[in-house]
Amino acid sequence: MSAFALAWEQFRLERKLFWRNPSAAFFNFILPLLLLLLVASVFAGEQDELQVLIPGIAGMSVMATTFNALVFNVTFLREEGILKRVRGTPIPTASYLGGLIGSAVANAFVTVAIVIVIGNLVYDVDWPKEPLSLAAFTALGVVCFASLGIAFSHAIPNVDSVPAYQNAVFLPLIFISGVFYSADDLPPALEAIAEALPLKHVIDGLSAGIVGAQVNEAAAAAVAGAWALVGAFLAVRFFRWE
Amino acid sequence: MPELAIEVADLRKSYGELDAVRGLSFGVERGEVFGLLGPNGAGKTTTVEILEGYRRRSAGQVWVLGHDPEVRDRRLQERVGIVLQSCGFYPRMTVREAVEHFAKAYPSPRDPSETIVLVGLEDKADARANELSGGQRRRLDLALALVGDPELVFLDEPTTGFDPAARRVAWNAVRRLKELGKTVVLTTHYLDEAQALADRVAIVKDGRIVAEGPPAELRPGSSAYRVSYLSQGRRVEHRTDDVTELLHRLTRDALARGERLEGLEVARPTLEEVYLELMAEDDR
Repeated sequence: MSAFALAWEQFRLERKLFWRNPSAAFFNFILPLLLLLLVASVFAGEQDELQVLIPGIAGMSVMATTFNALVFNVTFLREEGILKRVRGTPIPTASYLGGLIGSAVANAFVTVAIVIVIGNLVYDVDWPKEPLSLAAFTALGVVCFASLGIAFSHAIPNVDSVPAYQNAVFLPLIFISGVFYSADDLPPALEAIAEALPLKHVIDGLSAGIVGAQVNEAAAAAVAGAWALVGAFLAVRFFRWE
Repeated sequence: MPELAIEVADLRKSYGELDAVRGLSFGVERGEVFGLLGPNGAGKTTTVEILEGYRRRSAGQVWVLGHDPEVRDRRLQERVGIVLQSCGFYPRMTVREAVEHFAKAYPSPRDPSETIVLVGLEDKADARANELSGGQRRRLDLALALVGDPELVFLDEPTTGFDPAARRVAWNAVRRLKELGKTVVLTTHYLDEAQALADRVAIVKDGRIVAEGPPAELRPGSSAYRVSYLSQGRRVEHRTDDVTELLHRLTRDALARGERLEGLEVARPTLEEVYLELMAEDDR
């Protein structure tokens, strides 16, 4: 079987196993949507706030489904010796990781789509103004956070400590990156930190795509792209099979 | 004659200051079951993991089916099956799914159902990996190593945790591999397992081979035979290389004294005795 066909087989397997794990499905889909519904119900009817919130939750979902999921998965697979087993077979590294990452990417796209559909049907937010920007920034966010997730897993000693490491990154980041409110309202010091990190820029790009927000898409793509490169370099350079 | 399945020349591996493997040399013929024995920390697993392509050697030459395993050529991996000491499964994957999935990675795999039967897991084919007992997981390890129909199989302590019945199944599977002309490299703690399965063994201690040969021919020092008998209720034991000469002398003397050599036994040392003696040598 070609490397591509093996990646596809791995992807299908990951999908099948994903659905057998209810808690993974919950954290991937239900949690972002729950947050969306809770926060949106506070702002119900205030279009200005909803236009910040929908792209914000979409960006958070991209990070949760890729970064958080892969930090956990790769740490688990390494600790269980599953990576080592795969390493001893002819399955090419690229096929295996491609299938694994592909599954996270599929979750990311599905969650973003659900957020947009709920935004439209429940909260009257218009359908995406710039579908191309939306697709491009979802893809960029996915690449960026997937590679950062794999890179970050190298720093985690064991699977029990994953939630602590994950939340130490994820929670502060979603609060300063404009998920629930506009990042422009932050104190300058926090805003400067958010500007240097990728999530705010992914959300900016998604805002342009979903609600047609006026943002510097090139600058947003440049920062997110730079983080994607850093993540990819660290993920490959420090990859441990066992 | 085709090349050896495995050729190792002056293999060395250091982890920082620690020399785990200190100049190993051996060859494994095609179709042979080769046993690597030794205590924990002797360098067995390090050696095997170098042969499997998991670790880089510090020095020396290694050829596996004509390839350098360090290169990690996919064409080599397709011809090799590996049972590691401990490595896991996707917990929610069934036995059948696992065997079928890994079969896809090989150019001419064995039939997955047949492979499951070969390791005796047919009753558990639809059980998830996290529902299997330790011994059953080990058999799934074996199934995944065999599903690619490899020419060369590495078995690193394959029967640890098996009950006697499961051990028989695994032993028969190894014998079946030999009948099929496969080469098997077996590391084990169980000396009876090596004696039962291996054509040749190498005993490794402190990163070096201290004895090598067919299990029945290994001997500690120079005492290849032990001859013992009862003399006035006490067992007297002699060790010798030349059993003919010794027996001749013992029987002649006994006849001269008008005694019978009650309870006469002539035995070769078991692999276990050889092993224990070799292990004890340094500690004296």
